[in-house]
Amino acid sequence: MGFNISINGRTHSVDVDGDTPLLWVLRDVLGMTGTKFGCGMALCGACTVHINGTAIRSCITTIDSVGASKITTIEAVGATPTGAKIQQAWLDQEVAQCGYCQSGQIMSATALLASNPYPTDADIDDAMSGNICRCGTYVRIREAIKRAAQLNGKAGQP
Amino acid sequence: MIRDRIASPISGAHVSRRNFLASCAAVGGGLMLSLNLPLGRIGAAGADGFAPNAFIRIGSDGQIVLTMPYVEMGQGTYTSIPMLIAEELEVKLDQVRLEHAPPNEKLYVNPMLGVQATGNSNALRGSWTPLREAGAAAKAMLIAAAAERWSVDVKSCRAQDGEVIHETSGRRLKYGELATEAARRPVPKNVELKRPHEFKLIGTPAKRLDAAGKVNGTAVYGMDARPSGVKIATLAQSPAFGGKVKSVDDRAAKAVKGVRQIVRLDDAVAVVADHMGAAKKGLEALKIEWDGGDYAKLSTQDIARELEQATLRTGAVAQNIGDADKAMTNAETKVEAIYQVPFLAHAAMEPMNCTVHFRGSECEIWIGTQAIARVQAMAAKAAGLPPEKVIVHNHLIGGGFGRRLEADGAVRAVEIAMHVDGPVKVVWTREEDIQHDYYRPYWFDRLTAGLDKDGKPIAWNHRFAGSSVIARWLPPAFANGLDPDSTEGAIDLVYKFPNFRVEYVRVEPPGIPTGFWRSVGPSHNVFVTESFVDELAAAARQDAVAYRRALLEHNPRARAVLDLAAERAGWGQPLPKGRGRGVSLQNAFGSYLAQVADVEVARAGTVRVHRVVCAMDCGTVVNPDTVEAQLQSGTIFGVTAALHGEITLKNGRVEQTNFDTYQMLRINDTPVIEVHLVKSSEPPGGMGETGTSAIVPAIANAVFAATGKRLRKMPIDPKMLKQA
Repeated sequence: MGFNISINGRTHSVDVDGDTPLLWVLRDVLGMTGTKFGCGMALCGACTVHINGTAIRSCITTIDSVGASKITTIEAVGATPTGAKIQQAWLDQEVAQCGYCQSGQIMSATALLASNPYPTDADIDDAMSGNICRCGTYVRIREAIKRAAQLNGKAGQP
Repeated sequence: MIRDRIASPISGAHVSRRNFLASCAAVGGGLMLSLNLPLGRIGAAGADGFAPNAFIRIGSDGQIVLTMPYVEMGQGTYTSIPMLIAEELEVKLDQVRLEHAPPNEKLYVNPMLGVQATGNSNALRGSWTPLREAGAAAKAMLIAAAAERWSVDVKSCRAQDGEVIHETSGRRLKYGELATEAARRPVPKNVELKRPHEFKLIGTPAKRLDAAGKVNGTAVYGMDARPSGVKIATLAQSPAFGGKVKSVDDRAAKAVKGVRQIVRLDDAVAVVADHMGAAKKGLEALKIEWDGGDYAKLSTQDIARELEQATLRTGAVAQNIGDADKAMTNAETKVEAIYQVPFLAHAAMEPMNCTVHFRGSECEIWIGTQAIARVQAMAAKAAGLPPEKVIVHNHLIGGGFGRRLEADGAVRAVEIAMHVDGPVKVVWTREEDIQHDYYRPYWFDRLTAGLDKDGKPIAWNHRFAGSSVIARWLPPAFANGLDPDSTEGAIDLVYKFPNFRVEYVRVEPPGIPTGFWRSVGPSHNVFVTESFVDELAAAARQDAVAYRRALLEHNPRARAVLDLAAERAGWGQPLPKGRGRGVSLQNAFGSYLAQVADVEVARAGTVRVHRVVCAMDCGTVVNPDTVEAQLQSGTIFGVTAALHGEITLKNGRVEQTNFDTYQMLRINDTPVIEVHLVKSSEPPGGMGETGTSAIVPAIANAVFAATGKRLRKMPIDPKMLKQA
């Protein structure tokens, strides 16, 4: 059956089973390959996108549950002020190695910072522990989130 | 050392430097230099002398393009290698563009070994001398071309920022204007390389050239290949290795919306669909009966028992110094131990995948691989085509760690694609990826050491048994029962032992494939040897750092990193109850590394690593930012292995399936990692794997310091550390 979904400000019509995970609609049906497949069970966070600004795992989010919600993916997150700050901090701190998980990391970090402009280490742990990085870029992810938080205007905040 | 290897003429005839660097006019004008970069540790020169596999092209437009056989998989190669050329050629880093070499038997494949691969931390090590020499030679040719045009002495000209400048007249010519003329000049026989104090780029942090696409979703991995009309397939392979498909009921699968086709192979079934959602749903709807085959009853315990038995036999002697058996009879104290390390999966974040369009008389492949020529050769064999009829497009790699040195994924995708009309992308589920890997081998080690009355080791006997990955992957390199990988980290230790004997017994476990895994031989050997040295220190009732230090009088580089790590870690300063510090020291991949881990053992027996201090002497540092990043990365890979890493077999099947049962370290458990570098002008050492092998014994030794319990088997078993 057909679904109309709003992704990055555009409406797309897709004809798939209602239980199809959003991840595969993005990647295979619509060709938006920035969102990655890692585990298929919401264990690794590689597939993280935003639904109405909240970070969710698209590999277990079925297309029939999306409704009229606004989906944002890595391809468009840079158009938001927080997303742009996070991406810049990622470049400044040279976070990425193989880079495969970083779409998901950036989506999780952007959602964190958008709702909590000055996260503590514990806040970062809470928001980011669902995202695995096999290259082990965690040290720099933490630094980059703090750097982006400083760009929020209050340098030196914890 | 690297240079010796490059120059050593395997054919026996003397091969001059010029044979390893040649020039010609580039297509469309400009200068093309070709050179040979070593691709394996086993030498580089071809039997016929010059076999170029890397090319530097300076176009008439001044664009400098390096085509090279190494791939980027997160280790920063695409940034550090262009630095070498830019340094000698006197251009800015952003003037060098990098292209990945396509597979080509004649150009890119070492004719003796048939390998085109990136692994063993050797990309930068192998490039260090040849690429700088090539850059210097090109610069000399460009200067000579300018001097000729101006009719002035070569010595009155110099190169700067992509131009040749005539000092006295102030005349300038851009490289692009000179490239075609330069191509007609002979390649200089000897070039002078810059001395370290003249470096402008090497040693300065350089921004990674591949970073931008990795933060905005535009980086293209093999998984992202989308040739027009591509279908998506996923698969179930025989759960027991070597098993076969007995029967398939695919009626329900075929009824799934979007499912197009079911492909049945001897030992696998694939569901081809419009998208992965439909393919997975179809896979779940399949009813497959398997014939388990010869290994349907196999368990890890069976393999461990076989390896244990093998260590009772004599093995191939990997190193023998003095007479360890005789010295042992004079020992005041004898220390004996058995160590074991498990099978490990790679679990790269990008699950295995490969896209294939089989057109009958030719075949096109889209993949991210560490070994593109191997993919081409094995895919050609599977397709029944000559290699030149197989086109391979390489992509960014979403984690290699050794997994993508294998071509099984491409072979499987070809087998499926041969039944499909049009291109098909075969995507492994995470479960298939973990359950059908080429695993880090299980190793079983037996050690005995003898100490004199002062606690000094006077005899060391080490015998270990396990799989030789090299024997399968690169058969010519396995000789006399030995290969250079299985023994690295067990022989040529940093310490001086007067009587030292290491033997290796090759045992190929039945029913489970083995492969290279980040830090390869040392991933096993450094854990064993550095834990055992710690045991000797404890038996001698001496401090673990002081004990090691006393064995390093001959080895200033090792001693320097040990001292630095101990000092920065606050070695010897008191820690709260339940905490402990452990040290490790290694010389592997051409780099010296000492690590001190600070761990906490909870009452429940769980271990948390709080802080890791690394002191590294990796020779000349090309890109310090990459050195730090790779040490952080390698260390976390090793912490994951020590705390969580274990693949087990039951009834022939791998028991672990996804990240719930095969766990990865996460950000909330990540230690503070400090990196301290020792200044050195030695040739650069490898970086990408060093932290992985060194951290495991540092953690185990720290647990001993905290609890008095010695961990001789990985991963750490909290039950063993639980307090009553």
